[in-house]
Amino acid sequence: MKYIDEYRDPVLAKAILADIHRITTRPWVIMEICGGQTHAIIRNGIDQVLPEQIELVHGPGCPVCVTPLETIDRALAIAARPEVIFCSFGDMLRVPGSSMDLFMVKSQGGDVRMVYSPLEAVKIARENPDREVVFLAVGFETTAPGNAMAIHQAALEQLTNFSVLASHVLVPPAMRTLLASPNNRVQGYLAAGHVCAIMGWAEYEPIAEEFQVPIVVTGFESIDILASILEVVRQLEEGRYSVENQYARVVERQGNLPARNMVQSVFVVTDRKWRGIGEIPASGLKIRNAYSDFDAEKKFRVDTIITQESPLCISGEVLQGIKKPSSCPAFGRECTPEHPLGATMVSSEGACAAYYKYNYRGTD
Amino acid sequence: MCLAIPGKVVEIYDEFGLKMGKVDYAGTVNKVCLEYVPDIRIGQYTVVHAGFALSVIDEEEAIKSYEAWEELVGSATGQDDDQYGDYMQTIQGLKQSVKDNKGTL
Ligand code: SF4
Repeated sequence: MKYIDEYRDPVLAKAILADIHRITTRPWVIMEICGGQTHAIIRNGIDQVLPEQIELVHGPGCPVCVTPLETIDRALAIAARPEVIFCSFGDMLRVPGSSMDLFMVKSQGGDVRMVYSPLEAVKIARENPDREVVFLAVGFETTAPGNAMAIHQAALEQLTNFSVLASHVLVPPAMRTLLASPNNRVQGYLAAGHVCAIMGWAEYEPIAEEFQVPIVVTGFESIDILASILEVVRQLEEGRYSVENQYARVVERQGNLPARNMVQSVFVVTDRKWRGIGEIPASGLKIRNAYSDFDAEKKFRVDTIITQESPLCISGEVLQGIKKPSSCPAFGRECTPEHPLGATMVSSEGACAAYYKYNYRGTD
Repeated sequence: MCLAIPGKVVEIYDEFGLKMGKVDYAGTVNKVCLEYVPDIRIGQYTVVHAGFALSVIDEEEAIKSYEAWEELVGSATGQDDDQYGDYMQTIQGLKQSVKDNKGTL
């Protein structure tokens, strides 16, 4: 396939890898932010062929994994109501709340539907004027434009039976929080390509400067990841720290302006709790007051329920790059994709799920 | 949620006032909202996320990165002919395929 095969070319991959080996003289810890990149790395065994001194740690870039438990519990409470058609991306259906997940609500009679686009939920609202249609809008900067468009479109069409339970998270504040933590080991970042496709990469420049870490915007194919690792290592070895864009075929410096403008007009930045990490100031998006008629949180007045995580799960440390999934005592025993204890095992983008799927136990 | 594979736009139409399109992934065709890539044309490649096209693939940037690799491979060739012999050919082929495609747009 075009724009795919060439970025998986094994011959070219070997040339880049040879260069990485040639220039590496010291140990370095590099974090890939995005869960999609974590999967690409584990699937292709990239971490296994790198020089021993280079350690890749997996970042918090799995939107499903970091969605706070309160949001899941609110979703469950709304989805159980008889007048509601509850719509969500498939990934969210199996995320465990405090006591159940959306699939269980469905099996108990709730009308829970999987959609591929928030516009499908708008369509369902249009076709079911006597029902309340609620869309669960989670994710990073990448899903925010679509969800903003759905709200905007529902407002244009005056669909009073459509609302959104929104819990968006923003990547740069999390990158900053990880670097500022006393436990931080990360010395360089591979930045998430599709987040940057929306937001651009100017936001990363002050982070690179303040914490003196190289940041390279990266795609999802082996060549993208290897070429980006090469650039990060080169900067680390030379004592430099700048932001580079390896994914220029997709990402522009200013990002996608129409998408950014729509996000700005529908959402406003807010403090946000990240599952497993805790509250990060100004790290989320919530629906603006001008669109509060479409805010499911306000419409259904969902009270916060007492939330409890499994005491076995160390996914918070996994999400911060402090521990690897394989060092969790529950990994592959009490916790499997069929019976997940934590969100990093549920989501197809979660690091625990990646390690399990590729039967990977890591080196620690 | 993060479908990283670029797809080719094969149809563009309007639905409830929104610019929509069909995007082909090697035979699988999905419905996609094109509002955020207003200038996109049929035949161009795009990255789609949760039903929305986020970016049009920039052919020139793709060629530029091939050229950077060409240099890398060039220096590697000097070190070990056997191991790196066919890189140049691979990259030349890639560049040609990008250019060929451009002609058909
Ligand atoms: S393996 Fe399961 S229990 Fe352990 S950290 Fe991962 S999700 Fe949590």
